Amino acid sequence: MKIEVNGVSKTYKGTKALDHVSFTLPEPKIYGLLGRNGAGKTTFMEILSGHILATEGEILIDGENPFDNQRLTESICLITEGNNFKKDLKVKHVLNIYAYFYPTWDQELADELIKEYKLNLNAKIKALSKGMSSALGIIVGMASKAPITIFDEPYIGLDAAARKKFYDILLEEYEAEKRTIIFSTHLIDEVSLMFEEVLILQDGRLALQEETDTLRDHAYAVSGPTADVEQFVMGKEVIQSKQLAGMMTAYVYGNVQQAKSAGLTVEGLPIQELMIYLTEKKGA
Amino acid sequence: MTLQLNENKPIFMQIKEYLEDAIINGTIKPGERVPSTNEFSKHYQINPATAAKGTNELVDEGILVKRRGVGMFVTKDAETILIDKRKQTFYEHYVLPLKDEAHKLNITKSELLEMVNREENRYEN
Repeated sequence: MKIEVNGVSKTYKGTKALDHVSFTLPEPKIYGLLGRNGAGKTTFMEILSGHILATEGEILIDGENPFDNQRLTESICLITEGNNFKKDLKVKHVLNIYAYFYPTWDQELADELIKEYKLNLNAKIKALSKGMSSALGIIVGMASKAPITIFDEPYIGLDAAARKKFYDILLEEYEAEKRTIIFSTHLIDEVSLMFEEVLILQDGRLALQEETDTLRDHAYAVSGPTADVEQFVMGKEVIQSKQLAGMMTAYVYGNVQQAKSAGLTVEGLPIQELMIYLTEKKGA
Repeated sequence: MTLQLNENKPIFMQIKEYLEDAIINGTIKPGERVPSTNEFSKHYQINPATAAKGTNELVDEGILVKRRGVGMFVTKDAETILIDKRKQTFYEHYVLPLKDEAHKLNITKSELLEMVNREENRYEN
């Protein structure tokens, strides 16, 4: 499904959570939605899921607005970091409700994942541990097979092994059947290998949208004597720079080959660090 | 597979280079099947599209051939194509940095040649 975000703003009592954001997610891919706390990620995901309305602008999914639109709501599954389900229900009731709601629901996959995560079907939601409650969110998100599946920090309380299992399942399902997966997280190092494309929000605005492998090729740190580095970075997109004892390191976005042929020390920049420098620069 | 993926470099390139190295040093021989994008994706927990980009480039270069429903295989000419390709980049990747470093250390041209000659017998017995 094609997602078009056209000049979307959202204001909460005078505070701008989103400020004229526009971009397009043209095809099913695994997208990483990154940004600092308060950057507007959750607000964006809520508008996309049709849970709230934008103050200005609109999000169109295959040309339609998702708000109060059942055909689209059935195609979108949003799993957040907690409070996904009514506290007084039992696990099996939650699963039944979602199985009714999503026409694409895959019961076989749900059963397999329940076994995998050793989830007690008769437990009440309020009695679940944080990890188990996250596991249930992951099971619902995966088994919904919704053409647009959104995970907003879905794994609070899940240990490293259970998270790894989640990544395995996600990739396996994605490989078998392409769908749009939007993944928002602060554990960037752990998941950036799965992203095909990355979007970074900063203070309610879109700071960057790029293919992950292109980012790996274009973001780099260049170091050397201050004068040489300063000369090299002139006219280039410098994200941040530091100096120490006559030496300078600049974090640059651009053609890495130029830096290599300039005889300076060049190191690639992992996505996590790029995110940090990019969002620090603009004074978060 | 022992490849450690490096976060600072495009992943598709690392997959590609891994396969190229395996073909050049004979770990994977002509006619043999290479891991599928699915297998790469699972093994390294990477996006399957990224793995596919690496193998597709090798298909375009005539190093791998796709057989529908069966998998990807190393072509007969793979090694020759790769060696030709690597020779072309040898100057950029090895000779230029060698000369740059020599320049930094004030090593003269004759000293450098002497060092290269000193290694002459290394691969001749």
